[in-house]
Amino acid sequence: MNVTVKHLAAGVVLTVLAFVAPARAMDIQVVPVQGVGQVWLVENHSLPIIAVDLAFKGAGAAQDPDGKVGLATFVSGMLDEGAGDLDSQAFQKRLSDLSISLSFSVGQDDFAGSMKTLTENREEAFRLLGLSINAPRFDAADIDRVRDQLIAAINESEQRPATVASREWAARAYPGHAYGRPVGGRLQTIPAITRADLAAFADAKFARGNLIIVVVGDIDAAEVSKLVAGAFAPLPEKPNLIPVPDMVAVPPAGILVIDRPIPQSNIVFGLPGIKRDDPEWFPASVMNYVLGGGGFASRLMDEVREKRGLAYSVRTGLSPQDHSGLLLGSVGTRNDSAKDSIDIIRRETAKMHDSGITAAELDGAKKYLTGSYPLAFDTSPNIAAQLLAIRLEGFATDYVEKRNGYIEAVTLEQTNASAKRLLDAEAISWLVVGRPTGISSTVK
Amino acid sequence: MRFAKNKAVKNLALAVTLSIGLSAGAMMPFAPANASEMAAKIPVQSYQLKNGMQIVVIPDHRAPIVTHMVWYKVGSADEPGGRSGLAHFLEHLMFKRTGKLKDGEFSKIVSENGGQHNAFTSYDMTAYYQDVAVDRLPLMMSLEADRMTGLKLKPEDIASERQVIIEERRMRTENNPASLLNEQMMASLFLAHPYHIPVIGWKDEMEALDYKSVIDFYKAHYTPSNAILVVAGDVTGDAVLKLAEKTYGKVRGPEVGPRVRPGEPTPVAARRVILVDERVRQPLMQRLYLAPSYRVGGTPGEAEALDVLGEILGGGSTSRLYRRLVVDKKLATEAAAWNDASAYDLGSFGVYAAPVPGSAATDRDRLQKVETEVDSVIRELLTHGVTADEVARAKSRMIAAEVYSRDSITTLARVFGQGLTTGLTIDQIQSWTDRINAVTPEAVQAAARSILQDQRSVTGLLLPPVPVVANTMAGVKQ
Repeated sequence: MNVTVKHLAAGVVLTVLAFVAPARAMDIQVVPVQGVGQVWLVENHSLPIIAVDLAFKGAGAAQDPDGKVGLATFVSGMLDEGAGDLDSQAFQKRLSDLSISLSFSVGQDDFAGSMKTLTENREEAFRLLGLSINAPRFDAADIDRVRDQLIAAINESEQRPATVASREWAARAYPGHAYGRPVGGRLQTIPAITRADLAAFADAKFARGNLIIVVVGDIDAAEVSKLVAGAFAPLPEKPNLIPVPDMVAVPPAGILVIDRPIPQSNIVFGLPGIKRDDPEWFPASVMNYVLGGGGFASRLMDEVREKRGLAYSVRTGLSPQDHSGLLLGSVGTRNDSAKDSIDIIRRETAKMHDSGITAAELDGAKKYLTGSYPLAFDTSPNIAAQLLAIRLEGFATDYVEKRNGYIEAVTLEQTNASAKRLLDAEAISWLVVGRPTGISSTVK
Repeated sequence: MRFAKNKAVKNLALAVTLSIGLSAGAMMPFAPANASEMAAKIPVQSYQLKNGMQIVVIPDHRAPIVTHMVWYKVGSADEPGGRSGLAHFLEHLMFKRTGKLKDGEFSKIVSENGGQHNAFTSYDMTAYYQDVAVDRLPLMMSLEADRMTGLKLKPEDIASERQVIIEERRMRTENNPASLLNEQMMASLFLAHPYHIPVIGWKDEMEALDYKSVIDFYKAHYTPSNAILVVAGDVTGDAVLKLAEKTYGKVRGPEVGPRVRPGEPTPVAARRVILVDERVRQPLMQRLYLAPSYRVGGTPGEAEALDVLGEILGGGSTSRLYRRLVVDKKLATEAAAWNDASAYDLGSFGVYAAPVPGSAATDRDRLQKVETEVDSVIRELLTHGVTADEVARAKSRMIAAEVYSRDSITTLARVFGQGLTTGLTIDQIQSWTDRINAVTPEAVQAAARSILQDQRSVTGLLLPPVPVVANTMAGVKQ
């Protein structure tokens, strides 16, 4: 479809320009680091800032022992609570006085860290980053404090119906698999985690062999090589990871209602999806954009919000993990329109399955997906996050240049085949948290 | 490490958020650069079109992208009485049809040009923005110029979008007891000033928002002389000015009068707001003090002294409140303080703490202990002041935050847009740095003594109901 705006005051003629590469001359250097492997570096000397993103691949919450769910998250909360000869307050004061930000986060698959520093403090920043991973203290008082914070976070998440819905949806889609457990742990498991558990996790899961690092900003290759080697050389060579089995999700078809005294029903719905390495990834991404991933450009937003005012937000997304993939959606709608919203989403899903999308929709999706790509590379931390994600998927440095070509190459046939493969409307698993009227659970 | 409420983990989270939405809380105040190593001021160029519209350009040539924002000097505090939610409702309706665009076409054009866009409303401003590749800037400017005065709403647009904003209220406020508490606290902090009304509106009044009230509000406030364009990114001032003359320069609209709002009487009584809600699993206490903004209500430098105070009292894991309540006394899992001086009228100084977990039976007791300790930390500060070292360290963190903020064209555009719509000049926004550098330990103590007074405060508690002792014989046949 051609969008013409020649009637607008400025008379801008719209042509589909090929979008330039994400950043002007964004040169990704691959820096070999003695004992650590390759570090990706993008130099940018316009501001005195350095951003570092790292991940220990495969060291995520899926590694938690069954009775100790939340262990990886617990470790992530402890690494900046004292390391080496610095106790918790001394470590925090050092970070704060030098304006170094350091944080760790955990997903099912990977254990990630982020550091940001001013150029002038880079040596100390890399030293503290290395220390936090190589030599965390795990002092008893700090363990107790962070344990309470984790329990408070779980309690607080109980007040968030959307979080409850996502958690319960996953539990039913992955029975007996790590992906069915909450990353942040449970009220029963967090108290069971000991100092020995924390130390054992750090010893086993953090190694040079599964460490991926990217650096962006005001630093050159020689210095990256020196500082990274200094920070991470003490790590063992290989991690000891428990194999996580691949699993196709088995979300039960039908509706489950979890009663909560709230005026708006929070609904999570989903189907088995695909992993990132699936050859149909890009056609599926385009399909998802048109269904519910494209904000106001999506059919679900149009039908549920724009035409009927049933929700503020309705969306879908592909959720790929290392060992499974999902197509997940969510909508919040007042209790007495939960049934209508479900019916409309089900109908639109079936319609896309049967008839696919139009050539104009394909064109619109491609224009957005290719055109918005450069926007993801706007700041040093954002560039670092993009590069880390690319590395975690195992792609090479040329992915950044090639990525828009993959989108451009998607055909209508491929997109519609992807809809046929993924969009089984009758198989959708619906989880409703709230007090919906006119529907009740059809599954246990 | 502190577990923020929304930690980013690659979990079963959805990948996309897009909403024509409400600004959630305060943005980072503009942080200062250091006098000792004064970074060059951010290069900002400012112009005025003949029709009165201000044009602000922040060049940054690191990437071929641009943030394009139009800020209107109107927010929820400018709504007519009884019409709460009107400014935010209009923000939603701005994405409907104009004389040149069909319903929904605005978003479609932006998306098909690879743009990301949204809008937000607050007490003092309404802003619309697009992040795009720089070659799409002219198109974005013509789109925003078109809807500045060219909106062509139909009565039937109203009912469905009104349901959307009510749904948004359910999502943000009614489904979340902590948000309900916040709303009640603001309503108690400001007795007369319209900041006591939530930006999203009171539900009963939202349900009554009608076509005529929207149109009247739009015609009164959406006009070039009440708008500020902020463009940050791969552009020059001259180029943006030329484009602006061709687009925004052609828009005609009425002059707007000064922003006159009811004042706030001198506070005389401490207030308490206790929200008991069966959904609460994590109790909390929060306190707000009526405080000056950068523009009004304080002595020179007082708002900046309060910024430094917020950092010392509750800015992170080494702050006084966190150290005392969380680390030393082990009464709380979280404790923080902040100053919010980014308002056209008065601002607020806030304190927050969450008690350590425990049984429901002891919730009230644990929360009481937390509040007593917060009071004790504040009392010590008022009595003994702060040290030169604390002030120096706080300043150095604020300086670094300023350097970090320059990494994001979006943040820069927001800092200037927010400053200008809350009555500051570009010079005042930029010289905040110098004013922070001038803050002394004595100024911090004086500001604390003048503002952290009980009668200026609202203390809010969030609690579950008192548990009923279960009758173990219930259900057993006698």
